[in-house]
Amino acid sequence: MSKKSNATAESQSDATTAKPDFAGASANASLSAEKKIELYRLMLRIRRFEERSLRAYQSKKIGGFLHLYIGQEAVAVGCCSLMGKDDHVITAYRDHGHAIAVGMEMNPLMAELYGKATGCSKGKGGSMHFFDPSRNYWGGHGVVGGQVPIGAGLAYGIKYKGLKGACMTFMGDGAVNQGAVHEAYNLAALWDLPVVFVIENNGYSMGTSQARSSAGELARRAEGYGMAWGVCDGHDLYEVRAFMAGFLDAAREKSKPAVVEVRTYRYRGHSVADPDNTYRAKAEIEEYRKTKDPIQVFQSLLLAEKVLDDALVEKIDAEARAEAEVSADFAEASPFPDISDIQKDVYWEADNPSERKSGGRLFFN
Amino acid sequence: MANIIEMPKLSDTMTVGTLVKWLKKEGDAVKSGDILAEVETDKATMELESFFDGTLLSVFIPAGSQVPIGAALCAVGKPGEKVAAPEAKAPPAAPAAPPDAPPAAPATPAPAAAPAAAPVSKAPVPPAAADPAGRVKISPLARKLAVEKGVDPAGVAGTGTGGRIVRADILSAKAAGGKGGSAPFAGGAALGAKGPVQEEALVPVSNIRGTIARRLLESKIQIPHYYLDIEIDAGPLLELRAELNAALEQEGVKLSVNDFILKASAEALRQVPAVNCSWEGTAIRHHSAAHVSFAVAIEDGLITPVIRDAHLKTIFAISAEAKPLGKRAKEKKLAPDEFTGGTFCVSNLGMMGIDRFAAIINPPNAAILAVGTTVRKPVVKDNSIVIGQRMSLTLSADHRVVDGAVGAAFLAAIRDLLERPSLLLL
Amino acid sequence: MSQIQYREAIRQALAEELTRDPNVVVLGEEVAQFHGAYKVTEGLLEKFGPKRIVDTPISEAGFIGMGLGASMLGVRPVIELMFWSFYSVAFDQILNNAANVRYMSGGQIQCPIVIRGPANGGTNVGATHSHTPENVLANHPGMKVVVPSTPYDAKGLLKSAIRDNDPVMFLENTILYGDKGEVPAEEYLIPLGKADIKREGTDLTIVSYGRAVIQSLAAAHLLQQEHNVSVEVIDLRSIRPLDIDTVLASVRKTHRALVVEEQKPFCGVGAQLAYMIQSEAFDELDGPIARLSTIDAPAIYSPPVETEQLPNPQRILRAAIEALG
Repeated sequence: MSKKSNATAESQSDATTAKPDFAGASANASLSAEKKIELYRLMLRIRRFEERSLRAYQSKKIGGFLHLYIGQEAVAVGCCSLMGKDDHVITAYRDHGHAIAVGMEMNPLMAELYGKATGCSKGKGGSMHFFDPSRNYWGGHGVVGGQVPIGAGLAYGIKYKGLKGACMTFMGDGAVNQGAVHEAYNLAALWDLPVVFVIENNGYSMGTSQARSSAGELARRAEGYGMAWGVCDGHDLYEVRAFMAGFLDAAREKSKPAVVEVRTYRYRGHSVADPDNTYRAKAEIEEYRKTKDPIQVFQSLLLAEKVLDDALVEKIDAEARAEAEVSADFAEASPFPDISDIQKDVYWEADNPSERKSGGRLFFN
Repeated sequence: MANIIEMPKLSDTMTVGTLVKWLKKEGDAVKSGDILAEVETDKATMELESFFDGTLLSVFIPAGSQVPIGAALCAVGKPGEKVAAPEAKAPPAAPAAPPDAPPAAPATPAPAAAPAAAPVSKAPVPPAAADPAGRVKISPLARKLAVEKGVDPAGVAGTGTGGRIVRADILSAKAAGGKGGSAPFAGGAALGAKGPVQEEALVPVSNIRGTIARRLLESKIQIPHYYLDIEIDAGPLLELRAELNAALEQEGVKLSVNDFILKASAEALRQVPAVNCSWEGTAIRHHSAAHVSFAVAIEDGLITPVIRDAHLKTIFAISAEAKPLGKRAKEKKLAPDEFTGGTFCVSNLGMMGIDRFAAIINPPNAAILAVGTTVRKPVVKDNSIVIGQRMSLTLSADHRVVDGAVGAAFLAAIRDLLERPSLLLL
Repeated sequence: MSQIQYREAIRQALAEELTRDPNVVVLGEEVAQFHGAYKVTEGLLEKFGPKRIVDTPISEAGFIGMGLGASMLGVRPVIELMFWSFYSVAFDQILNNAANVRYMSGGQIQCPIVIRGPANGGTNVGATHSHTPENVLANHPGMKVVVPSTPYDAKGLLKSAIRDNDPVMFLENTILYGDKGEVPAEEYLIPLGKADIKREGTDLTIVSYGRAVIQSLAAAHLLQQEHNVSVEVIDLRSIRPLDIDTVLASVRKTHRALVVEEQKPFCGVGAQLAYMIQSEAFDELDGPIARLSTIDAPAIYSPPVETEQLPNPQRILRAAIEALG
């Protein structure tokens, strides 16, 4: 059995021993019932938002790309729910889950997907570029691996300012082979940057499985850089939280970086245009959905804990669906940006003309 | 109302889909997430998923149909629910403002920053005179100046690369009174006008003016000019001319007074060949041929086209040659060998009303004949006063080559030929 | 006033800004302990310490992306590229991220980074080390591009660039590093987007930037002495934002324009300038806009031949004569 981490976190999952009590781990033991319901609700809201945006895409309301987070909800919610006021998050283009997990509301997100001026990026970014600096959420990036050095930079900034915080830098299993990622690993380890690189391994980088993409184990590569690393399953919210807490602590308190791999699964294709029948069997999806659906898993746990009951489950679901529907209505009713908006938000100086120091022309048509 | 399920957009480039196979039939129960049918897109075969619970109430299109995105495929709802009859629905109207997703995009709107399409010229540009060789090459600045200054670019000599008319050329043309055309000094200002005499300007010297200035200054400084005047009876000349022109009108012959003078000059040079020479410092060159040139006023200066071998040509030939030469001279289209190489020059200001004048010798010639206008004045004939037609001719001669007696002899020959003009018909 | 080298001017700008703003950090390869590959950052480590002057591994995508991320939190990194030729290793971080993050977030984020380093040929370092990518950078809205030609300009512009809240690409020149020029003792700033008339004249406008300005001034001197032609030389200083108005005013005066650029011609800065001049001053032109660029091939190694590949006073003089034809 290969070693699953070189950290001594409580979260080691070992097939030969009894399943550890993640719910009882210190990260989770202190959760109130309300908080647990909140976490459950977050996951369900992500699911319903994604489903509603799929429908909107197929109705031609959304253009370009749409990368759905369905099946991975526990990862974003588990990780982001551990954030303190000086912790930061950055991810790649499968970013709707993280956006909702840090607290962004559905209306501006759906409006952004519809390309409306009321979108969280004023319609200028689209699905891959959700940002909310006020919630320490830095996007939303389209080029695989491109966000990883930026994540290291956020950690650098935290450390530079003498704050106790960590930057969770998410990436997919397909990003780990990008040069920029290795450069970021090296800088983080060399300079002890408080960054936790989180590899959301859903098994496939677009249509290419991990086995066909990557040599060796993904998180274990950190050993080459002298960094801590670990692997956990990402379908149990409690497990994700228990596992991540230790690494985040090390980053905050000791400014030590880490690379962690969270095993998860996406039910949908890479993007909505991906028929995903060329690289996996339907049965595989069904298997995961039946046994490891993160929402189902957490629901069962909370029902068992008597934090949830069937009526509340119904209610939360209905509210989530309704909220998603309302966001679609909001997006539909919102106006598109004006042509004159195209050249706004390009330069800080152009957007703040009273403080502009430069002369000359900034635009050329 | 039942929910209508439409052909969905399943890829970013899809425009139509083919419903390959229905997996449910009318009356079947349907749950949200169930697959209703297989749909083929431009990229792959995908599954049509139901987002609604209920019963499949109606199927609108058969398997195998290819329909555009947005076309109604089926209805899912509660049994017995009313199903809205689907019209052939066009894809949802794309928003007017931004470009739609590719490829069925409506016209991309022009960016607000772009100025209106049709360029508006600020001032009407006068059309260049029809140029058989092609368009007038002129810089934008010169074109603008031409309009401002009322100069017609056609006929302005271009000194820019490739003969392009540039600013300096327009300014020179203007200073020369340039509207182009044959009478550079015609068309004066209104009498009693109170404005400035002309625009105050420092006009750069054009090539042609510079050349004239240089050559004639040289001539005046280096050649010891002296001047001989005669006054001839132009009557016989004018009579013969009128006779010939009347008789030969059909043949398109129109002899000018100047043609007679050119012919007379050539013949006089034959009689007094000492005038058909050039000073060359330590020697005097005697020219065997009389190439007679005549001065033509052009924009910003003058030029002297040459009748080569005038001593061998009839007056008719000379006339036939001189006319187009003069025209082309005014259009600045003379080739260098057409205005160089003359051995003698005739300068005629008669048509400008000048009684008499003395011209400046054209180096390397030894003399130049200046012709005045024909004046009706009283003369003595057979001891009575009659009205005569008198024309003044002045010979400027280079005393290094042509002494006074030689010059006088030359002028005597001219007089003889012009006063017995039928001799010029030989 | 004192005469200092261009490299010293850059160093002074860095030192003054490091002193003024605790958020300013200088990062790059060999900037600290080695005192800078071209001795630009010499002495700064001793003065400001390793937290402010940071040696990076050879990892352009990594440390430029990292600097960008830090700038989002308020750090103001001044990142050195040992040669601007190495920017292509970090294309994604510069052209995709630095240029676009503000836009894609709908204006919520600003990235006040400066990337600086030498961008030039003329030193026989071959095709892969001689790039002058100001045209590529200027083609990306969101970025600013500055190319100073003198110590005075370099100092004033770098200070402005560091204080600018947009990403600024600052292109220097290894050959100019040793040039001396007058620099005031008092603090001064030069705003971006303001061209400078380095020499006044009446017969021809030469528009240029960077070392090509120095070459053009030498050519202008020859043109006056040998051909009695009075040349006006304009130093753009800033490619984006671009002070086209100064250029247009000059063209309205002289009616003849020659762009001199150390750029390969296709889609170089000169192509953009020529478009703008003919578009906005068409009726002022007494001849076509001329352009003297680097000869269109990868940078050649052979030293004397490379001199002929780049703009030099003789080539500029010939181009000027032709432009006046």
